[in-house]
Amino acid sequence: MEVLERAELDGLLNELKRRGYRLIGPRAERGAIVYDPVETSDDFPAGWQDEHQRGVYRIQNSGGNALFDHAAGARALKHFLIPPRRLLWRAHGGDSDFTVETPRSTPPHFAFIGVRACELHALALQDRIFIHGPQPDPEYKARREQAFIVAVNCHRPSGNCFCASVGSGPAVTAGYDILLTEVVDAGRHYFTVAAGTVRGQEVVEVLGLRSAEAGEEAVAEAVLQEAETALTRQLDLSGLREVLLGAADSSHWESVAHKCMACANCTMTCPTCFCATVEDTTPLGSGTAERWRVWDSCFTTDFSYIHGGAVRKTGASRYRQWLTHKFASWEDQFGTLGCVGCGRCITWCPAGIDIVEELDALRRKRQQKLQAV
Amino acid sequence: MVTNVGVKEMLLEHEFLRGLDPEWMEKLAEFTYTDSYYPNDYLFRAGEDADRCLLIRDGNVALELYDPRRGSVTLDTLSGNKVLGWSWLIPPCKWCFDARALALTRVLAINGPRLLQLMEEDHILGYAMLKRFAFLFADRLHAARLQLMDMYAPLR
Amino acid sequence: MYAPQLEPMAPRLYRIQRVRRETEDTFTLEIAQAGGAVPTRFAPGQFNMLYAFGVGEVAISISGNPGTPETLVHTTRAVGVVTNAMSHLKPGQVLGVRGPYGTSWPIREAEGNDVVIVTGGIGLAPLRPLIYHVLEHRERYGKVVLLYGTRTPEDILYRREIEQWRGRFDLEVLITVDRATGHWRGQVGVVTKLISRAPFDPYNTTAFVCGPEIMMNYAVEGLQKRGVPSDHVFVSMERNMKCAIGLCGHCQFGPTFICKDGPVFQYDKVERLLAVREI
Repeated sequence: MEVLERAELDGLLNELKRRGYRLIGPRAERGAIVYDPVETSDDFPAGWQDEHQRGVYRIQNSGGNALFDHAAGARALKHFLIPPRRLLWRAHGGDSDFTVETPRSTPPHFAFIGVRACELHALALQDRIFIHGPQPDPEYKARREQAFIVAVNCHRPSGNCFCASVGSGPAVTAGYDILLTEVVDAGRHYFTVAAGTVRGQEVVEVLGLRSAEAGEEAVAEAVLQEAETALTRQLDLSGLREVLLGAADSSHWESVAHKCMACANCTMTCPTCFCATVEDTTPLGSGTAERWRVWDSCFTTDFSYIHGGAVRKTGASRYRQWLTHKFASWEDQFGTLGCVGCGRCITWCPAGIDIVEELDALRRKRQQKLQAV
Repeated sequence: MVTNVGVKEMLLEHEFLRGLDPEWMEKLAEFTYTDSYYPNDYLFRAGEDADRCLLIRDGNVALELYDPRRGSVTLDTLSGNKVLGWSWLIPPCKWCFDARALALTRVLAINGPRLLQLMEEDHILGYAMLKRFAFLFADRLHAARLQLMDMYAPLR
Repeated sequence: MYAPQLEPMAPRLYRIQRVRRETEDTFTLEIAQAGGAVPTRFAPGQFNMLYAFGVGEVAISISGNPGTPETLVHTTRAVGVVTNAMSHLKPGQVLGVRGPYGTSWPIREAEGNDVVIVTGGIGLAPLRPLIYHVLEHRERYGKVVLLYGTRTPEDILYRREIEQWRGRFDLEVLITVDRATGHWRGQVGVVTKLISRAPFDPYNTTAFVCGPEIMMNYAVEGLQKRGVPSDHVFVSMERNMKCAIGLCGHCQFGPTFICKDGPVFQYDKVERLLAVREI
């Protein structure tokens, strides 16, 4: 393990830039911490801390120096790997003849800085869908395979985080090129560094870092411990699949639907939600038609439309679809849970609906029902 | 052309009575006769006395309802091995629909009042018959409800 | 049998060779790949994504003969923006095609068995390739029964072809309509009531069912009453479809993606799901 002083961080960023990467990292912008392009380490949100509650998000500057003093921001990495809107193709002609032209540019080389464990798990889940499925998504695959990941261990989980319960955090264990642990301790500010891939190792070697001392490693270890202790929210996964599959007709969905506005925020901020629709457009009289792939949400009525009407007409059925997909069907489809415990859907729900609470409530109802029998 | 030659055998063959004690068939045969209808012949008309329990042996019969604006509307068709109507069982014992043969149709006609009397006297037979009719009602109601759904209609 | 595509969302150009009006709101398009008759091999029960220029794309089952893959045949009901636009297309004009996609009717597994087809309305379209296949390899199957129900006599698809099928000695065709109109002299009533009198051996039968979901439920009930085991019954499902390659999430039906795990399912595999509302 090596040590990267705060002052040396730009050396890492410059090396990545030199290798042709576009840097994406957290920034404090318009009242939120979001992944966006960054140029230097000064772009990182130094001192900014975030507060998460049900339906509440707030950032404030603590005056401290830590650059990665926050939990999951509003934007997940899917924003860059499966962009919200993407042109699939353009056709020229009309009903009598047309040609289809697919825009094929070289995929952007992203280096993602400050990636959390939950985020990495979300990437792994999306890889199963877009890379390892029977039909890969060529654009995702290209972007993903190029992407360089500089993970930073989480040291300040939010009140909505429950990554430990779903086995995705808080410590980063896999899926990175370089892993940093940020330490702000006794007047010093540095990162411990570990490489996870050959190309990660190459970058570390170019930087010529010194080895970490036992004391530095111990402090970094303590940071991880602190994060684990701070993570108090828990989700009980035992038998959850049976709870959900047995709750298809539960009246509980109705009670959630009373609160839910079907705004789709949860699905937009969720790092694993992958649903998309296609939009076919024709500028009037232009002889050109386009097809766009656009993020979509199972919370809209259009989502399940077949001739005559939507299959999921009620909010209750749409909420059930979402939650059952995340915690039961996902397993059938991809062999894992569909949730990484980042807590975004709780934070960004304007109605303050909390999936951990809803799942617990469904479990309680099932237990009551079983006892009553 | 009304006859009752071989009627007991035909009763034994009919799907609706399958499993019924052959001894009862003997009794039923005493007041059952065969009958046949050519296409467009009416087996009965709505409002007429329902005095026969009709078991179709083969053929095809339309159950119709007459509407002055629309004319005769076919609600259901019944073919071989089916039972045509149960109005003889339920007072005031008048047919509710018109029954018109669509093809050459052969039936077994059991005298309604005699059958009712026998069912009253012998409750074991009565129960066996009513049970068969209960299943039949359920089947027809089921089908009618599904028909009501108008499930192929375009949805707007 | 699915080969990943480099550009899975880009349609190929097909030219319309023939348009047939089937009923008041359904029509059949015969199309062939533009620039040479390249066969588009498909299995009965599969579907294509058809694209009308500038309007949009819809999933439509293939209803032609799998033995003549030079021509793709699609029967469509004009019910939405895209299908209405398609209904105005003329021979010589073009469509975009992606596919074929999805699972197919298990024609191999059904060999040696009686074949019972229960279908309603436009549900006959995805079953016609199966009928073609079975008739072409008639010796491999036992009794073959087609039970077909429509709303009215005017809604019967492929009328002339059905009349030909009816004339065959090796195929039993029973038709019923929910509402008799005009000079209809055939059966009236729901299609499921044909099941009880159809000639087949329930213990050696493979049944293929396609139509509105309620109709399929009752059809399966009727087949079960006759003694056909649930794992010998196959149904074809429909849901909203955008990508047809398992990536857009729209066609989820419980844990399944209808585009790749379906549209054809063995009934006992989806029985539980069919009982859940708004799933």
